Order: sequence, then structure tokens, then C-alpha cells
Amino acid sequence: MDWFRIFIKGAALTALLTGCATPLPPRIEAPKLGTPVTADTLIAQTLNVFPDGRGLPSGQGSVAEGARLFARHCAGCHGKDGRGGTAEELTGASRPLDHPAADKTIGSYWPYATTLFDFIRRAKPMGAPGTLSADEVYALSAWLLHANGLIAADTVMDAARLAALRMPNRDGFLRIEAP
Amino acid sequence: MARNPNDHPDQPRVGEGRLDRRGFLKHGATLAAVTTPAVAQATQVGGDLPWLHVPGQPFSGYGQPSPHERYTARRIGANRAVAGNGVSFTPLEDLEGTITPNGLHFERHHNGVPQIDPAQHRLVVHGRVRQPLSFDVKSLLRYPMRSQLLFIECGGNSNAGWHAEPIQRPAGSVHGLVSCAEWTGVPLSILLDEAGVDPGASWVIAEGADAGAMNMSIPLGKMRDDCLIGLYQNGERLRPENGYPMRLIVPGWEGVLHVKWLQRLEVADQPVMSRNETSKYTELLPSGKARQFTFTMGCKSLITTPSHGQTLRQPDVYQISGLAWSGHGRISRVEVSADNGRHWSDAALQSPALPRCFTRFRLPWRWDGKPAVLKSRATDEAGNVQPERAALIAERGRAGYFHYHAIVAWAVEDDGLVSHIY
Ligand code: HEC
Repeated sequence: MDWFRIFIKGAALTALLTGCATPLPPRIEAPKLGTPVTADTLIAQTLNVFPDGRGLPSGQGSVAEGARLFARHCAGCHGKDGRGGTAEELTGASRPLDHPAADKTIGSYWPYATTLFDFIRRAKPMGAPGTLSADEVYALSAWLLHANGLIAADTVMDAARLAALRMPNRDGFLRIEAP
Repeated sequence: MARNPNDHPDQPRVGEGRLDRRGFLKHGATLAAVTTPAVAQATQVGGDLPWLHVPGQPFSGYGQPSPHERYTARRIGANRAVAGNGVSFTPLEDLEGTITPNGLHFERHHNGVPQIDPAQHRLVVHGRVRQPLSFDVKSLLRYPMRSQLLFIECGGNSNAGWHAEPIQRPAGSVHGLVSCAEWTGVPLSILLDEAGVDPGASWVIAEGADAGAMNMSIPLGKMRDDCLIGLYQNGERLRPENGYPMRLIVPGWEGVLHVKWLQRLEVADQPVMSRNETSKYTELLPSGKARQFTFTMGCKSLITTPSHGQTLRQPDVYQISGLAWSGHGRISRVEVSADNGRHWSDAALQSPALPRCFTRFRLPWRWDGKPAVLKSRATDEAGNVQPERAALIAERGRAGYFHYHAIVAWAVEDDGLVSHIY
């Protein structure tokens, strides 16, 4: 195991030279086979949308357009008004969260509106995920937020409005094992 | 066929009647009873058995279980409108030992099993890194690897336990969203170091290449500590339904974080707050607040034999056998009771009891033919003790849905039938 000791010695020496107090742990020797990815490729592929709006594309969509899209692509499983069908309820909570049979809808439970865009863009509709345009995803998000009583019927949704919207259950979560 | 437990040096002795401290369960005995005269006779008619006189089947490229075992299968529960949305359960009650065969590992898919061509698959590491990198499968197979025997348990496993009435289904069809395998893969820290993580980073968002690109946030510390890019499952390349060509392995943490068909790791300074870490996999408490980022799977055990739906034929010695596991580390103790928790006896733990891995426990029990209630209670090396159901519900309420790990009770009636009770 000589190579191992040399590694440790090397690490201790590096620590000395760089004035770092804790010696580095021995490293596993590995090939470096990753190939660089360009910024353009990353932007085209990345779907993550963060609560502060990072990751949202440009575009916009209205509640009215969202209502049409929901009827066409979503109501079959989630019900006409999003109140549930073969798939879960998305709107219409009546029992509060401290009720033993609480309704966990977008309006009553979801802490961030940005999650709607993130999820619909990547996962919906179930039969053809990833096929909706940014404008369509904004419109569907707008309709779902309106149907949950969170925005007015004439709202046009875009990146800034979605990130700025404060959801009612924003502070409803206890982060148990998060750093 | 189980042998007489008295012959086994590792096992506690059978006493008279009840399970006592020395390891004998009062009302008990094993389901697979001691060899009976009928069985002995059957082996003596061997001279007429056709397979002794006719050449057998030729070789096979990939072996399959005996056709007589075809009923040992996963139980599927899928959405009516979306065939690829749902779960399939490992039939825990039909298996022994600790390793789940690859074809029986539980599944939870959100939109089906993608049929991925490995030549077209890439893993991209990007975000808060010095150099975003893309890895193809062939390259990853050249990296240093580590093998670990680990359970994976869905956060929603055993969730029928929250129901008001005990569900009457086989053990695996309730508790079988947990399986155990040897996972081999590349320590994630190697790839993170190659890309060069920014000092300000604290989370990594993993994403799968399924129809829905499922995404989950995992603390960077855990990723560096012991996570793997899993490439092999019980020695062979991953099964498609378990993430082929690669999945994340997050030892001891809830199943949904072990992102299958892994295609992307975005290093970030915050969680993405995806649908599956906000709307789902969070646990509503009676107060109306919800527990979020509950990663570690609790200390848990379950008697698999005897269990729901099985029958003890006659008063006799039976072998109680079950599984214990904990996301916190090793199982250090499993106690078994045959009288609904009034008296407990230590079961023998099959060695080695590895951290975050299934541990098999066994205990002989003499069943006297009277009604009995069998329970098992696990303790892990961190001192966590599996709670009684009433205690778990007192703490969490009944609307949490996820992370149910309470003690399971099986009632043995005087006719030998075993059912689920609270
Ligand atoms: C073929 C049936 C089907 C169609 C069509 C469908 N969904 Fe869904 N939806 C589901 C299922 C099933 C789930 C649960 C997914 C899971 O388990 O991951 C779901 C989940 C969701 C959720 C998350 C709910 C929650 O509480 O976490 C949202 C939001 C949603 N769908 C929106 C939509 C929208 C918007 C459309 C139309 C563009 C749509 N769905 C079309 C079946 C469908």
C-alpha cells in the first residue's frame, strides 16, 4: 500500500505549503473522462425551475388560454374543473390542512408557484410529456392558479409574475433533514 | 423444508409454551413444519420419477426460475388511465435470506419504464461547478467502483398502516415497496471533484431520463459522503425498471431520491422544490404543518413467515422469520412477541448485519393451537427503536401518508389462519 502512504504524505505536504490547517483526505485515483459541455447545450436542456424564478424561460400565457388547454389536454384525467378523476384533485380544497382528511391541492398545499411550471413543462401531458410550448405552460399555470382562487381571471402569466406570487402555504413546511 | 430448529446452533432454544427470554415463543412454531411422514414417502418413490430417466433440458443463455415458482411475482398496482404510473411490490412473504432477485425488486414509476439505448445516454454534471461535464456509459464503466449491499425503500411503503382498519393483504403487498440488492457503481464524489464544485454549493438536483424527467434535490454533503452512480444490480447491469443504464444510489434514504435513468446532476445553492419534494413525499402533521426533506428511512421490521394469508396446519414448532432494516445504520436487535407485546424474546440475527441493509431474523416458536398475536420490534445501532402503531400515530397523526414504520401485528387464530390486526 505504498502508493496510499505517498498520497497521504503528499496531501499533508500540500496542506503545509498552502497553509491549510486540515490535511486533505487521500484521493481515489480515477481517469478523467468527462467531456466539456457548452453553455448553449446546457440552456437548451435544463428544465429545473427554482423558487426564485431561475430557469424560467421567456413567454406568457393567459388564464383564458389555459382554460382551453386544460379542457383539451388535462381534464380527461383530472376532471373538468381540476377537481379530480382518475388522477388527483388540483383545485377545490374544502377541508383545511389541519383536518384529518385534508385536501392537498395546488392552492392549499403547494409552497411555490414555480413548481407548477417546472412540473407541467417536464411531465405533462402524461401521453406526450415535454411537448407543450413555454406559452402553453404559462397559460396552464395561470388557469390552475386562477381555479385555486390565487390570481384574477384577466392575469397574463410570465416569468416575473410566477416567481413573485406568494402561495398561501409558503411557510407550511418543516425542513427536517435539509442543510 | 425447515429443519428442526433445535438442531441449529445459532438459534435460541425452544422452550415449553410461551416465548420466554431464552428465545422461545409461547404460542408458537414454524409454518414450514418439520419433515412429515408424507414427505418422506414421496422421496422414496423417486425411482419412477421421469426426470431420472429422460435427458433434461439443454443449456440456457439466461436462466429463469422453475415454472413451479411462477406465482412468486411482483404484485402490480397501477393507475387506471396511465399504465406506467404506480407501483409493483416485492413478494416479501415468498422470499428468504436478504437479497431480492432482480426480477422481483419493487418498482415505483411515474410514467413508465423508458427503453434506453445506452449508446445515446449521457450523464451531465453542471450548475455550480468549474467545468460542466458530460459522461457516456462506456466511460463511467472505466471509473473506480464500490459495491454495497443496501435496501431501497419507497417513502410510501406500508402506507396502509395509516388507515383506520388493518388492510388484509399478503405482507409483501403492503410492505413490499422495499427490496435489498448489491449495488455497484462509481462514488459520486469522484465525478463531483472532476467537475469542480463551487464552495457555495449545498444541493444537487438529480433528474431521470423517463417520460417526465423526474427531478429531486439531495444535499451535497450526502452526495459526497456515500452516494453512488449505480451501474450494476446483484452483479449484472441494472434492470430497465431499476434505472438502466444508471441510477443514483443514496444509502438509507428514501427510494424516490435514488433517481432512475439518471441523466443530469445540477449542483445548486438551494433545492429546486420539485413537485415530488413539496406536493408529495412530505408528511402532513395534525397541526397542518408538513414535514419536508425527511430523507432517512426509519428503523423497521416485519415478520414474513408466518404472515397474513398463511395457515399453521397444526400445533407444532414453527420458525418465525422476518426482515429488519434501518436507514440509520446496522440492525442491532430484533425482539419477537407471541402475546401482542406483553413478553418479548430476542431473535437470532443472521450475520453479517450490515448497515442500511436487510437483516434476516429468525426464532423458533411452539404454537399451542390457541390464538396468538405475533409482533417484531427492531432496534438499530443508533438506538432507534421501532415504535408501536399507537405511538407513531400519536406523534404524526394519520394524514402523513409517508414514512410509516410501526410494529406490524399478525393474529394467529385457533384454526391456524394468520391475519393482520392492529
Ligand atoms: C392520462 C391522465 C393524465 C392527463 C391527461 C394529465 N394528467 Fe396530470 N396527473 C396524472 C397522474 C396519474 C398524476 C400523478 C403523477 C405521479 O404519480 O407522479 C398527475 C399529476 C399531476 C399534477 C401533480 C398533482 C399533485 O398534487 O402533486 C399536476 C399539477 C398535473 N398532473 C397537471 C396536469 C396538467 C396541467 C395536465 C394537462 C396538460 C395533466 N395533468 C394531464 C394523470 C394525468
